[in-house]
Amino acid sequence: MSKKSFRQAINEALRQEMRRDPRVIVMGEDVAGGHGGTSGTVDAWGGVLGVTKGLLTEFGEDRVLDTPITEASYIGAAAGAAATGLRPVAELMFVDFVGCCLDQIMNQAAKFRYMFGGKARTPLVIRAMFGAGFNAAAQHSQALYPLFTHIPGLKVVVPSSPYEAKGLLIEAIRDDDPVIFLEHKVMYDDEEEVPDEAYTIPFGEANLTREGDDLTIVAFGRMVKLANEAADRLERQGISCTVIDPRTTSPLDTDTILDCVADTGRLVIVDESSPRCNMAADISALVAEYAFDALKGPIRRVMPPHTPVPFASVLENLYLPSVEKIEAAVKAAMGHRVPEIA
Amino acid sequence: MQIARETLLRSYRAMRTIRDFEERLHVEFATGEIPGFVHLYCGEEASGVGVCANLTDQDTIASTHRGHGHCIAKGVEVAGMMAEIYGRRTGVCQGKGGSMHIADLSRGMLGANGIVGGGPPLICGAALSHKTLKDGAVAVAFYGDGASNEGTTLESLNLASVWRLPAVFVLEDNGYGEATGASYACAGSQKARAGGFGMPYLECDGTDFFAVHQAAGEAIAHARAGNGPVMLHVHLARWYGHFEGDAMTYRAAGEVAAARADHDCLTIFRTRVTQAGLLDGTELDDIDSAVRDEIESAVIAAKQAPLPEAADLLADVYVRY
Ligand SMILES: Cc1ncc(C[n+]2csc(CCOP(=O)(O)OP(=O)(O)O)c2C)c(N)n1
Ligand SMILES: [Mg+2]
Repeated sequence: MSKKSFRQAINEALRQEMRRDPRVIVMGEDVAGGHGGTSGTVDAWGGVLGVTKGLLTEFGEDRVLDTPITEASYIGAAAGAAATGLRPVAELMFVDFVGCCLDQIMNQAAKFRYMFGGKARTPLVIRAMFGAGFNAAAQHSQALYPLFTHIPGLKVVVPSSPYEAKGLLIEAIRDDDPVIFLEHKVMYDDEEEVPDEAYTIPFGEANLTREGDDLTIVAFGRMVKLANEAADRLERQGISCTVIDPRTTSPLDTDTILDCVADTGRLVIVDESSPRCNMAADISALVAEYAFDALKGPIRRVMPPHTPVPFASVLENLYLPSVEKIEAAVKAAMGHRVPEIA
Repeated sequence: MQIARETLLRSYRAMRTIRDFEERLHVEFATGEIPGFVHLYCGEEASGVGVCANLTDQDTIASTHRGHGHCIAKGVEVAGMMAEIYGRRTGVCQGKGGSMHIADLSRGMLGANGIVGGGPPLICGAALSHKTLKDGAVAVAFYGDGASNEGTTLESLNLASVWRLPAVFVLEDNGYGEATGASYACAGSQKARAGGFGMPYLECDGTDFFAVHQAAGEAIAHARAGNGPVMLHVHLARWYGHFEGDAMTYRAAGEVAAARADHDCLTIFRTRVTQAGLLDGTELDDIDSAVRDEIESAVIAAKQAPLPEAADLLADVYVRY
């Protein structure tokens, strides 16, 4: 056990699984970097944010493959390789680039097993960074996990901390279905204690990061941290919250969500993705259908407006959920009269 | 081909403006005041300017993540660009787009682009508009060696040929896509790719304004005359990292210094025009100092400009909703 960053935790998960299973390979744009460069330096980048650094040196060119800038073909190649014996972990860099290769994910990898009558296994992992907070603007900041969650055949992981990232990524690599693994780009330097040995965290089992009596907050990815901060503040004001990190949006641990709502009677959902047809909408429908009688008041959702992600910091901050907005939503859900935060 | 004095002066000014704009951004970025990702076009100025010197406001271009140079070459206003990069309300995109999304449709500038390979299909569409509306204009896609491998780019080369579009594909080959060399990432030859799609192929030294101007002039005239698309392969070197903050460990020591010393498009231009007696050294000096002032005031104005307002967040998602 030692303190590790989100970046290190992911690197360690990849490294340990590549050591364990020679069929695990890594591919993507500049996952090593330096090929065809004039200095002769290999592993020049190790990914744009250094997450895959060192893998080339340890595992060599056959298992760490730099690709041309050609998402449709390498993501598709990863799907094809997964269906025929390898266990590829393909890095899409920014999840926004899924626009260039969605067919290979949505119509190919996701469909094989069902469409082929249960005969295929596609142990594919696609890693990508997502989320706003970097002034990366409309084409590099989206939180697209609902898009993948919508597609039957895919599993979708949204880790909320370094510990979670390592265990969930190892689980993803060992899983026999296609998994979309989404890393919030603002979290790479976050640190916490992470075991040195390999471990797995099962999919579809939510984590209660705190338990309280008054209200349940469900949050995803980076929002889990904000929800816990808001819950700390609220605790001091006499409101005690349960915070649920579902860990995976598909499968979704509906039992835990419904149980907690049954206990607390109030629900706030914090979702960084665009508000229409997102996880907040999905969970609201779930609770409205199966826990309606437990609700003591309306469900509140903290999420961005229905706009692309803006560039300027002032607008990006307004766009994103924040600790203050979560705090206000919880108070509103408790029936307090609170001024609205934009 | 004789180039008008006016055009030479305007082109020199555009190249100098791009150089100073980018060198200044390099300095300002290091202070931490500029948000987001910034990709500099330094060293590549003669390409954008040499191409755009053959275009009018009616012609359309699509750019890339490395778009500042194309914007300036196409006549986008410098103060508005600077304000945009600083995330100000006075920016050309009101602070909503930033460096990677500068666009000015009134100048035929269809946008920088955060998606590699995003431009070529759009340029097929712009060329289709020009062809259908019979306005005599052409559409030009700038794209990098890295982008040359995207399916969208290759499909666009085919589509433009099939539809015989008034389009020019300007391949800006600086030898790298991020930290990966083109020699690794690009199979076959670009010339063969153009040939494979049945379009003429031209290539030129992108650090020589005159070479670019000449080749682009031919390519654009071919497309404008209704003879279909052309690929123009421009050879370049980029002087800074892929983005600001890149240590460039994948490049040999001295590679950039050599490009700066021997292939500086501004020096090459100055030597050429003064030796040929086309322009006078003092005219160029005057441009240099005017540009210095222009960039200085653009930065000062950008830093003082108002930030976007809360209501802007919800504005302009749709024309009508
Ligand atoms: C679809 C897509 N894939 C990957 C990226 C990340 N990316 C941004 S610029 C770049 C390299 C582009 O290289 P090139 O086309 O040669 O242009 P240059 O940077 O050399 O001007 C990459 C991979 C992206 N923005 N969009
Ligand atoms: Mg390049």
